[in-house]
Amino acid sequence: MADGVRDIDYGSLIRRNRRWDLICAGAGLVVLMVAVLTLLALILDLAVTGARVIDWQFLTSYPSRNAGEAGILSAWVGTTAVMIVTAFLSIPLGVMAGLYLEEYAPRNWLTDLIEINVTNLAGVPSIIYGLLALGLFVYGLNLGQTILVAGMVLALLILPVIIVSTREAIRSIPQETREASYGLGADQWQTVRLCVLPAARPGILTGAIVGLSRAIGETAPVITIGALTFIAFLPPSPVQSGFPFLSFEWLNTPFTVMPIQMFNWVSRPQAEFHVTAAGTGVVLLAMTLLMNAVAVYIRYRVRRQR
Amino acid sequence: MAVTGERISLQPSEAFLRRRRLVDRGVRWLLFAAASLSVFVTVAIVYILVSESVVFFANVSIVEFLTSTSWTPLFTNANYGIWPLLTATMVVAGIALLVAIPAGTLLAVYLSEYADSRVREIIKPFLELLEGVPTVVYGYFALLFVTPLLQTVIPGLSGFNMLAPGLVMGVMILPYVTSVSEDAMRAVPNQLREGAYGLGFTRWQTARKVVIPGAFSGITAAYILGMSRAVGETMVVAIAAGQNPKFTLDPTEGAATITAYIVQVSLGDLPHGSIGYQTIFAAGLTLFVITLSFNVLGFYLRRRFREVY
Repeated sequence: MADGVRDIDYGSLIRRNRRWDLICAGAGLVVLMVAVLTLLALILDLAVTGARVIDWQFLTSYPSRNAGEAGILSAWVGTTAVMIVTAFLSIPLGVMAGLYLEEYAPRNWLTDLIEINVTNLAGVPSIIYGLLALGLFVYGLNLGQTILVAGMVLALLILPVIIVSTREAIRSIPQETREASYGLGADQWQTVRLCVLPAARPGILTGAIVGLSRAIGETAPVITIGALTFIAFLPPSPVQSGFPFLSFEWLNTPFTVMPIQMFNWVSRPQAEFHVTAAGTGVVLLAMTLLMNAVAVYIRYRVRRQR
Repeated sequence: MAVTGERISLQPSEAFLRRRRLVDRGVRWLLFAAASLSVFVTVAIVYILVSESVVFFANVSIVEFLTSTSWTPLFTNANYGIWPLLTATMVVAGIALLVAIPAGTLLAVYLSEYADSRVREIIKPFLELLEGVPTVVYGYFALLFVTPLLQTVIPGLSGFNMLAPGLVMGVMILPYVTSVSEDAMRAVPNQLREGAYGLGFTRWQTARKVVIPGAFSGITAAYILGMSRAVGETMVVAIAAGQNPKFTLDPTEGAATITAYIVQVSLGDLPHGSIGYQTIFAAGLTLFVITLSFNVLGFYLRRRFREVY
């Protein structure tokens, strides 16, 4: 026995284990580097190709049969309009649902059911939401293929994101804050409105921005409801010169959005349209990355304040 | 507040209290309604998919749907076998997982066992950026960058193929697989790690012998949930894998997946109620059932590893 123990060459054993330790740390780093390089290649390839077409004319022209004259005016106006609808629906609904689940919900089967559904909906493929909107909103409720329907389906799609981030933001507020509020005689709604919501605002904002940045890039559900790819007009202005000055007619107009415009151009065989697709991609990517950066920055600042 | 004689009463009036209680209760119901919306959405999804599919299966036998290997619903001589779409979906998702599983596991081990918090602060936002890139941009990248690149290595590769979108999708789901696996690994208590270090384990040995076995169900959940995402992903395959339903397992050929088929039909103008219109709901139901079973399995596994410690 004793001889057996002495026979082990501890030096080489330790060396071998240390070598494996290093190799594995290196492998992790290599994976990371490959991912970084992929992202860089994607951004550079897109930017180098797309930068050529991005100018004032590109941003203020309608799509055209001639790639040289084509622009993304109707696409970015459509994206903006759809995003306004999505934000107006998803942020209040998501925050309200998150508030209920964190602050109000009793521990019972109904709450469990809601929670399981939120988790499940986060995993449903986006194209399934598109089929839901096609069957329910477009044909069931006869709303047609409009900005309103696109805004609604994207709002449903990002609802779980906003609910989850609202809940995380609320959960990080210390219980003492609420107790202090109750001690002053506030009821639950006053506590929520005056203590919980203001403290949770940065977290909710981060979640809303991340959710909206996801909605901006979503293509599949908007294609499924039957958005057109060639739109050479703008929705009517929401501000009118005559009474009642505000008009919601723009909600009921056909539209296109930037990812659909890009998809349409990239699917064409002519290489000139691939260039305009790249230009659209640059604008789209810049918008989403900017939104993500803002979200990361807010989170970073909040963490430093704590 | 009411002034009664000399004394000021701080007692709120009955009407004020009643109004306050009413508002409090009203808000409670309103918030409950918002929260239950998620249940209605799930019910609506199932109802729409099933009710349209029922009409479809009244015209097409379910046996043909599940056994035929030809999918040509828009031809005069129509065949309704889901298999070509299923195999393409599986091939692309399989390639994506071949990339994302090893890479995601290594990266998760690196993040949870090797990297200090400063490095993690940099890597995590980067992974979020990778996740934030719109899928249509990934599709562009797969078709116009990765495919030409691969064609220099594999001469027989066709312009539309399943390999390039599969690889790109692997990078796309990498952040998700990484973050779910890392969550699972970090849930392993530190005492177990310290015990291993005390026995003279290196970090890699600790990861392999202690952390990965301890987080096994959580890591499996990450793979399954990643698989579900790959199956449901749409734009990358719709752009780069082609729109031709083909019963093949060869990744160098192009073939339409379930999602790509739905996109293709949605782009055309099929009249509401036609059999072509119903096929996308039957295909969607198939997709929903697949992703739902993956999600339920992943959900169950994730919950289990939380309960262990």
